[in-house]
Amino acid sequence: MSTPDSTPSVDPGTLRRLYHGLVRIRRAEESILELLLKNRLSSTMCHVSIGQEAVAVGVCDVLAEQDYVTSTHRGHGHFLARGGAMSALMAELMGRQAGACRGRGSSMHLVDASVGHLGSNAIVGGHVPIATGAALWAALRGQPRVVASFFGDGATSEGIFHESVNFAAVARLPIVFVVENNQWAMSLPWSRATAQPSIAAKAQAYGLVGVDVDGQDVLAVRAAAEQAVGRARAGAGPTLLGVQTYRFLGHSRADPSSYRDTTEEQRWRARDPVLITREQLAATGVGDDWFATIDREVHAEIAAAIEAAEASPPASLDEVFSDIYATPLGGNR
Amino acid sequence: MSATLAPPRTVTYREALREGLFEEMEADDRVILLGEDVGRYGGAYAVSRGLLERFGEHRVIDMPMSEALIVGAALGAAAVGARPVAEIMYMDFVTLVMDQLVNQAAKLHYMFGGQLTAPMVVRVQQGIGRGAGSQHSQSLEAWFAHVPGLKVVAPSTPADAKGLLKSAIRDDDPVLFIEHKGLYARKGEAAGPTHTVPIGLADVKRSGEDLTIVAWSNMVHTALAAAEELAREGVSAEVVDLRTIAPLDMATVLASVGRTGRLLIVHEAVRTAGLGAEIAAETAERHHGQLRAPVRRLATPDVVLPANTTLERELVPDADAVVAAARDLVRS
Ligand SMILES: Cc1ncc(C[n+]2csc(CCOP(=O)(O)OP(=O)(O)O)c2C)c(N)n1
Ligand SMILES: [Mg+2]
Repeated sequence: MSTPDSTPSVDPGTLRRLYHGLVRIRRAEESILELLLKNRLSSTMCHVSIGQEAVAVGVCDVLAEQDYVTSTHRGHGHFLARGGAMSALMAELMGRQAGACRGRGSSMHLVDASVGHLGSNAIVGGHVPIATGAALWAALRGQPRVVASFFGDGATSEGIFHESVNFAAVARLPIVFVVENNQWAMSLPWSRATAQPSIAAKAQAYGLVGVDVDGQDVLAVRAAAEQAVGRARAGAGPTLLGVQTYRFLGHSRADPSSYRDTTEEQRWRARDPVLITREQLAATGVGDDWFATIDREVHAEIAAAIEAAEASPPASLDEVFSDIYATPLGGNR
Repeated sequence: MSATLAPPRTVTYREALREGLFEEMEADDRVILLGEDVGRYGGAYAVSRGLLERFGEHRVIDMPMSEALIVGAALGAAAVGARPVAEIMYMDFVTLVMDQLVNQAAKLHYMFGGQLTAPMVVRVQQGIGRGAGSQHSQSLEAWFAHVPGLKVVAPSTPADAKGLLKSAIRDDDPVLFIEHKGLYARKGEAAGPTHTVPIGLADVKRSGEDLTIVAWSNMVHTALAAAEELAREGVSAEVVDLRTIAPLDMATVLASVGRTGRLLIVHEAVRTAGLGAEIAAETAERHHGQLRAPVRRLATPDVVLPANTTLERELVPDADAVVAAARDLVRS
C-alpha cells in the first residue's frame, strides 16, 4: 500500500468544484482570524486548517449524501466541505443562536446532522470510536453508508485510536479513518510521536488497508478517498488513510510556532493546495476571469454569512439550561 | 383477595434484568447489546444468558476488550439511530471509559445544540460480596452524580431493576445503570411486561415516623433489615430508596425528612465526598431549623478495599451499624 502513482485526471467540472471548495475554506478561515483579532468571536479557542484544506475537500467530494463524517478541533474545513452552511459556521463562532450549535459549541464543536456531520470534538481522538459506532450501526443494518473520520497525527498516539481501528478491521466496518498528518501535534513533531512514520505500515499491523497520500494535491487525496470509500461501500472493510499535509500557521492563534524550522515552513508553503489546484486548472485553459468570479462569489458568501450572524440574537442565559437532557425526568413513564 | 389467585411470581434480580432486556429487544429491533463476553458467555454475571441464541449476532455483539471503544461505539450507534445497551464488566473499569461517558455521551445532546441524541444505556455492576478486591469492588456512583447530562440509576429490587432498565432503554439520554454483585441472586416479586419505573423518582420502601434512612442499591436491604430491628425496639424508621442517583430526587427525601425530622444516609461507597455528603448538605440547607437532630452519614471508611470477604464485610456498614446509628439519632 502506498501513494497512488501519478496525479489522477478528472473532468474539468470536478476540478473547478474542488478549487471552489478550497478557496471557500481558505477565505472563510482568513475571515475567522480577522474576527478573532477584532474580538468578535464568542470563544478564544480557534484552530484554523490553512494549508490543509485539500484533505477535507478531497475526501468529502467523494462521499454520498447518506454518509457521515466526524471531525476535530481543527474542523471548519470539514464542516464546510461536508455541506455545513457558511452562515451556521459564522453564527456559531460568533456565539449566536443561529449557529450550528445555537452558539454553545463555537469553533471546536461544529455539527450539522442534516448533512451527516456528526460533530467535531475537542478531545483529541475522542470521536474516533463514535465514528466507529456509527459505522457499526450501518453495517448491522445493512445500510449503504460510509463514515469518514478525520483526525490529526496527534490522535494516533491515543489508545482509543488503536481500539477503534482494531475493531473496525476485525468487524470490517464501512469506515475511512483519515489521518490528517500535518506533521505536528502542537509542538510535538511526528518523528517524536512514532517510530513508524508510515500510516500505511501501521495499517498492515491491524489487518486493514492503509494508504499514504500527498495531502497538498486535492486530486491525489480525492483519488485515494474514492478508492477507500468504494471499498467501504462494497463491504470490503475500512481504510486507514495517511494524508501528508502541513498547518501553515500556529497551532492556535496564541502559538507563534517557535519550535518549527522556517525552512520547513517555506518548503511546505511552496506546496499550497489552493495554488497547486489553481495551476492545474490554469493548465486546462481556465482564465483569470473565472478565478476572479470565484473570489467574488466566495467573498460575498462570507460577508453575507457574517452579516446574518450579526443579525441573530446572541446565545443567552435564557436558554442555556435547555437540552441538558433530551428526555425530561419521568418523561418516559 | 381470592384464595385461588396464584401467588406473585418470584424472580431473582438477575432474571428480572434479563427479562427487561429480552422484552425491550423483542419490542424494538434498534435495541442491541454490546460488551465483553455478553454473547457466548452470557455476561460475566450471566445477565444476558440466552440473548445471543434468541437475537443473533447482529443484536448481541461480543466486543474486543476495549472498554472505551465499547462505550464510544455505543454512543456513535446511538447518535445515528440505535438504542444500544453496553455492558462494562465491573464498575472499576469505568475509569477506562471516562472520556466517552463524561466528555462525549453526557455532552452530545447539549453541546451540539440538541441536534444529536444519545439514547444509550451503560450497564455496570459494583460492590463487595466476593472479596474481589481493590480493583473489582468499588462503589463509584458519586463520580457520575457530578456530571450534568448523565442519568444514573442503582435499583435495589428485581421489580425496580426491570422497570428502570426498560425506562433507561427507552430514554433518549445516556443512562449509567448500576447493578450490584450482591444483588443478582436476591429474589423479589416479579414485574410484568408493562411495568416501568420512572427515572428520577425515589421510592419509600418502608414508612416510618421517627427517622428517615436514605439508601440505594444493595444497602437498601441493609436499611430495611435495620428498620425491622428498630421497630422491635419501638423506633419507627422510614426507608427511602433513591433508585436514581442522578439527577437526585431530593423532593422525596426532603418530604420524608420534613415528617420525621431526622436523617441517616447509609452507603457502601467510601465516606468522603460520597453521595451522602450531597444529600446531607441539601437537607441541611433546606430543613435547617426543622431538624430534630444533626444529619448523620454512615459509610465505608476511606479505605482501599482488600481482597478479603471477611474484611470487606467488616468495613461496609451492616444492619447492626445502621441500628446503632439510628438509635443514637433518635435518642440524641
Ligand atoms: C485528549 C487531549 N489531549 C490533549 C489535548 C490538547 N490539544 C489540543 S490539540 C492538540 C494537538 C493535536 O494534534 P493533532 O491531533 O495532530 O491535531 P492538529 O492540532 O495538528 O490538527 C493537543 C495536545 C486535547 N484537546 N485532548
Ligand atoms: Mg497534527
